Amino acid sequence: MSAVLATSLIHSGDLIAVLYIISFSLFIYGLSGLTGPRTAVRGNRIAAVGMALALLATFLIEGMGNWVLIIIALIIGTIIGIPSARSVKMTAVPQMVALFNGVGGGAVALIAWAEFNKTNGFADEPLTFIIPSLFGAIVGSVSFWGSNIAFAKLQEILPGRPIGAGRLQQPLNLLLLLIAVGSAAAIASGETATIYILVLLIASALLGLFVVLPIGGADMPVVISLLNAFTGLSAAATGLALNNTALIVAGMIVGASGTILTRLMADAMNRSIPSIIAGGFGGGGGEAGAEGAGEHGGTVRATSAADAAIQMAFARQVVIVPGYGMAVAQAQHAVRELATELEKRNVEVKYAIHPVAGRMPGHMNVLLAEADVPYDQLKEMDEINPEFGRTDVALVIGANDVTNPAANTNSDSPIYGMPILNVNESKSVIVLKRSMNPGFAGIENELYFEPMTSMLFGDAKSSVAEITTELAAL
Amino acid sequence: MFITNVAILVLAGFVGYAVISKVPNTLHTPLMSGTNAIHGIVVLGGIIVLGLGEDLSALDKGLLVIAIIFGTINVVGGFLVTDRMLEMFKSKPAPVKQDDEEQK
Repeated sequence: MSAVLATSLIHSGDLIAVLYIISFSLFIYGLSGLTGPRTAVRGNRIAAVGMALALLATFLIEGMGNWVLIIIALIIGTIIGIPSARSVKMTAVPQMVALFNGVGGGAVALIAWAEFNKTNGFADEPLTFIIPSLFGAIVGSVSFWGSNIAFAKLQEILPGRPIGAGRLQQPLNLLLLLIAVGSAAAIASGETATIYILVLLIASALLGLFVVLPIGGADMPVVISLLNAFTGLSAAATGLALNNTALIVAGMIVGASGTILTRLMADAMNRSIPSIIAGGFGGGGGEAGAEGAGEHGGTVRATSAADAAIQMAFARQVVIVPGYGMAVAQAQHAVRELATELEKRNVEVKYAIHPVAGRMPGHMNVLLAEADVPYDQLKEMDEINPEFGRTDVALVIGANDVTNPAANTNSDSPIYGMPILNVNESKSVIVLKRSMNPGFAGIENELYFEPMTSMLFGDAKSSVAEITTELAAL
Repeated sequence: MFITNVAILVLAGFVGYAVISKVPNTLHTPLMSGTNAIHGIVVLGGIIVLGLGEDLSALDKGLLVIAIIFGTINVVGGFLVTDRMLEMFKSKPAPVKQDDEEQK
């Protein structure tokens, strides 16, 4: 019996290994497809096929049981996942990504917890199993709770401004990290009591909460990216513990990509990752902003849709600067209509895309692509900045911090040094805004007080539509 | 075995770096969403531990079922939402743009 079983084990083991190799090759191939808009859809689907294959391979593992529970769990997950991905508005994608990322981290932590219970507190397990499992438990738990806070902030369930304990925050976080790592060390050195894993999970959960809560809304894209990398690393750790190549490779690729993305985003904002984690960005900004407004004492000039239409009708070049406000108001289709109307009048229309406009890099591109804006009209910051000098009208739609000249001029400003779109070099600037409330970072924008700037208050979508109507009537 | 796995881990890190550092800025959101879906592969971990677990307590079964549900949401939701995003990049009205230029 044993010989037959042994051969069949080897064979099925080889088959599984081969399927895993095919599946992570598909992940890599699929991701490389994401390098261009043309191949991206296919790339994503190829990666999805890789995932299906990895799942199939896992079902082939000898001696699997608990099928009913597994199938039920897969069905429930699918039933929750499909409608939430289908119905989410494109504007709400960042928080959806945060949520999907969070549940992935949560899964890692739960697996580690169950493993701990199953093995009676990792008794008689090698350190090569224990250490990756505990790493996964800590990082997965931080990622789960941190992502949920990021979701709540972006969904505006929690206020976007930083919430924290001020000076006590750093020592508190450090203490929580020490407690989590200390419990892990105790478990690794042979402690088997359940209390240790519970303390570890709770300390990590609190750490996740307390690290993300004090981070201002403007930094949220960087945080989501960082947590995405964390979840990837924790998945790779689970792979090490379970001796599963598919998990190791897929998790590590995500860990690497998330790290690159995080650094790119932080660079775009001229912020270092440690200073973002240290938090309090928006808080400091609020104070500096209040001072700034006091110094100015300047007045803002309000304008009407009709005036804005006239200005743009006789412009040679109009640069549209979209921001989160456009996303919130779902104004992208209205913007596209306005651009079409302008183009009929031979006005050149370009879009200036700041790398961190919106809530995630590429957020604006996604929305404008949804509205069928031609890809080559979207200009990145370095490309468009020299053009503002010969731009007649810069139309700022719900973008704030990325246009704030204080980033270039005011060394006291918390965003000083962040590369911005130099809209203030245009002949005139029209800002569409709901009210004079400062942006997500909580910083007053000097641009609004400049003489060439006029403000058109109201919902971005209806404002843009009004301008289009006025333009058509001219 | 562990060292082999660590070698795979390190190499995968470099592969990820090499593949992904070529992605243009404009595709960063879909990329983040796509990689996000891929780490949903942890669902396999849940399935393996639950599938191979003998004498699991009710608590552990519950934890693993939730882990599999979470992982599945991550995978299914992640790929779908990425697909929706990318679909929008697909339709490129290039001919329209050329007409515009001819008018000028």
